[in-house]
Amino acid sequence: MTKTLVWVEHDNVSVKDATLSAVTAASKLGEVHLLVAGKGVDGAAAEAAKIAGVGKVHVADDAAFEHALAENVAPLIVELLGSHDAFIAPATTHGKNIAPRVAALLDVAQISDILSVESEDTFTRPIYAGNAIATVRSKDAKKVITVRGTAFEKAAREGGSGVVEAVASTGDKGISSFVGAEIAKLERPELTSAKVIVSGGRALKDAETFEATIFPLADKIGAAVGASRAAVDAGYAPNDYQVGQTGKIVAPEVYIAVGISGAIQHLAGMKDSKTIIAINKDEDAPIFQVADIGIVGDLFKIVPELTEKL
Amino acid sequence: MKILVPVKRVIDYNVKPRVKADGTGVDLANVKMSMNPFDEIAVEEAIRLKEKGAATEIVAVSIGVAKAQETLRTALAMGADRAILVQTDDEVEPLGVAKILAKIVEEEGPGLVILGKQAIDDDSNQTGQMLAALLGWPQGTFASKVEVSGDTVDVTREVDGGLETVKLNTPAIITTDLRLNEPRYASLPNIMKAKSKPLATKTPADYGVDIAPRLETLKVGEPPKRSAGIKVADVDELVAKLKALGVAA
Ligand SMILES: Cc1cc2nc3c(=O)[nH]c(=O)nc-3n(C[C@H](O)[C@H](O)[C@H](O)COP(=O)(O)OP(=O)(O)OC[C@H]3O[C@@H](n4cnc5c(N)ncnc54)[C@H](O)[C@@H]3O)c2cc1C
Ligand SMILES: Cc1cc2nc3c(=O)[nH]c(=O)nc-3n(C[C@H](O)[C@H](O)[C@H](O)COP(=O)(O)OP(=O)(O)OC[C@H]3O[C@@H](n4cnc5c(N)ncnc54)[C@H](O)[C@@H]3O)c2cc1C
Repeated sequence: MTKTLVWVEHDNVSVKDATLSAVTAASKLGEVHLLVAGKGVDGAAAEAAKIAGVGKVHVADDAAFEHALAENVAPLIVELLGSHDAFIAPATTHGKNIAPRVAALLDVAQISDILSVESEDTFTRPIYAGNAIATVRSKDAKKVITVRGTAFEKAAREGGSGVVEAVASTGDKGISSFVGAEIAKLERPELTSAKVIVSGGRALKDAETFEATIFPLADKIGAAVGASRAAVDAGYAPNDYQVGQTGKIVAPEVYIAVGISGAIQHLAGMKDSKTIIAINKDEDAPIFQVADIGIVGDLFKIVPELTEKL
Repeated sequence: MKILVPVKRVIDYNVKPRVKADGTGVDLANVKMSMNPFDEIAVEEAIRLKEKGAATEIVAVSIGVAKAQETLRTALAMGADRAILVQTDDEVEPLGVAKILAKIVEEEGPGLVILGKQAIDDDSNQTGQMLAALLGWPQGTFASKVEVSGDTVDVTREVDGGLETVKLNTPAIITTDLRLNEPRYASLPNIMKAKSKPLATKTPADYGVDIAPRLETLKVGEPPKRSAGIKVADVDELVAKLKALGVAA
């Protein structure tokens, strides 16, 4: 039976939701072990051990792993893969940064962003911005995989009784270091796990207008805020708001696209949403071809009225 | 310092890809092909580093069919100094591409290799990280800012919660994100000049690495289709629909 090591996405204290979808994907292959790497990660390790269905929780607590630098973390994972058959990471920026480095060190191909596990060596994954779905079989003995979070149910956070085991540090490779970060404080639900998302596009004019128009609606209904690339490029919203092929992939219950035209790169990030609602003044905008509910008109009239009436 | 920039020929980003009826792949016959947009950003960044005096020579590399020459000529017209085409009609996976690139790095000795973060056809997002692993170099992926100083480079990365900056020893690998720069258009005189810049043609065999595919594509199919729904006439109707979906204050 396949024994899989899953990368735990965490902030030292708690485990991020992205991990839970990766655990579900791993459980389809067989036994699930976790890796919690970082510095001062007792809280995250304890949480990880409770996730339903997990066996061992390997904990690597060392300053070298504090910022998940791929140069330091990849050799640790390679070492642990001596006794595992597969490595699975959520397709977060950490996962996407680390997994290919692990794959190349093991001399295996990586299967990126899987949507399903068909069998122990066969997976489906999106290509061409999700306009095609490839079914691929891996011929490598060990598998390295990243998982699209929206494609798998989240494993339960409670019910497991994983055995926590410390692993020796593989040390700091001394070729890279962390300088600093500007991490936005989250005042709203996280995009990739939100039930409702309000996204704004180029039509929002500038950062002030974006905030004044989109935020009140989002806050009224407890939604996360997203943006098109055009809105991010123009500085209306920070980079981590971008939804799309090259931004975040989301699949909320309800996605409200405000002044977004619906380019294929944007659709790639949100077309698996359960219900799509589009507000656009151009009745021929491509977004209406995928929207379940559309309203044609000026967003600067519609959005305030909607916010008011909800 | 020399900079190596791998560039991939892919379907133009404005084209809507169509899956072939026989399920073997995406139909690329008579489809407009262009340089992968992230690779244009990589070429641009290399040129800016050269203009600032941080780099001396830019070498563009592509692994692919004979027509990938056009992609290399585009890089040369933008400002790369010379190009290497590793010609093959076979599909080369990211690991294979990284192995060939690692050999070219050994020959060329660049201080930086700047790649795109992902190619918009296969969306693998792997090649740069794999190359870094094979060379034992540090990697600054999803870069939105690059600053070279002495024998280190500071890379600001677009990460899930915002931005993060890492310091890497050179030589290093960088992969570009969308907001690193806005690539220039090649001017007509530069397009003409690019025709006489050196372009060497090699084959994978010249590098003696194993690029046999590790993945077998069993099928390429259509994603589940969405169809257009209804249009509502006014906000009141929209409010009613949203409330029915459970969305309300
Ligand atoms: C390599 C690459 C990667 C990309 N990745 C992404 C990605 O990840 N995510 C992404 O989103 N894009 C991505 N793009 C960009 C994408 O191609 C589009 O350019 C972008 O999505 C357009 O954003 P938009 O819809 O906000 O702007 P526009 O296309 O300009 O649309 C604005 C819309 O607002 C409407 N509008 C204007 N005024 C009003 C008003 N007053 N009331 C109502 N409606 C109004 C207009 O009718 C129009 O439909 C990528 C592009 C490339 C080349
Ligand atoms: C439908 C389909 C089926 C396929 N089936 C197979 C198959 O069965 N077997 C197989 O071996 N291959 C197959 N391929 C092709 C192969 O998977 C891709 O060419 C390879 O995976 C590269 O992935 P990527 O470009 O997404 O890499 P990424 O890692 O996303 O690319 C990142 C960056 O690496 C650089 N780069 C990548 N490729 C090149 C290149 N060729 N030259 C120069 N720089 C480059 C660029 O800077 C690029 O921005 C298939 C492709 C498709 C579309």
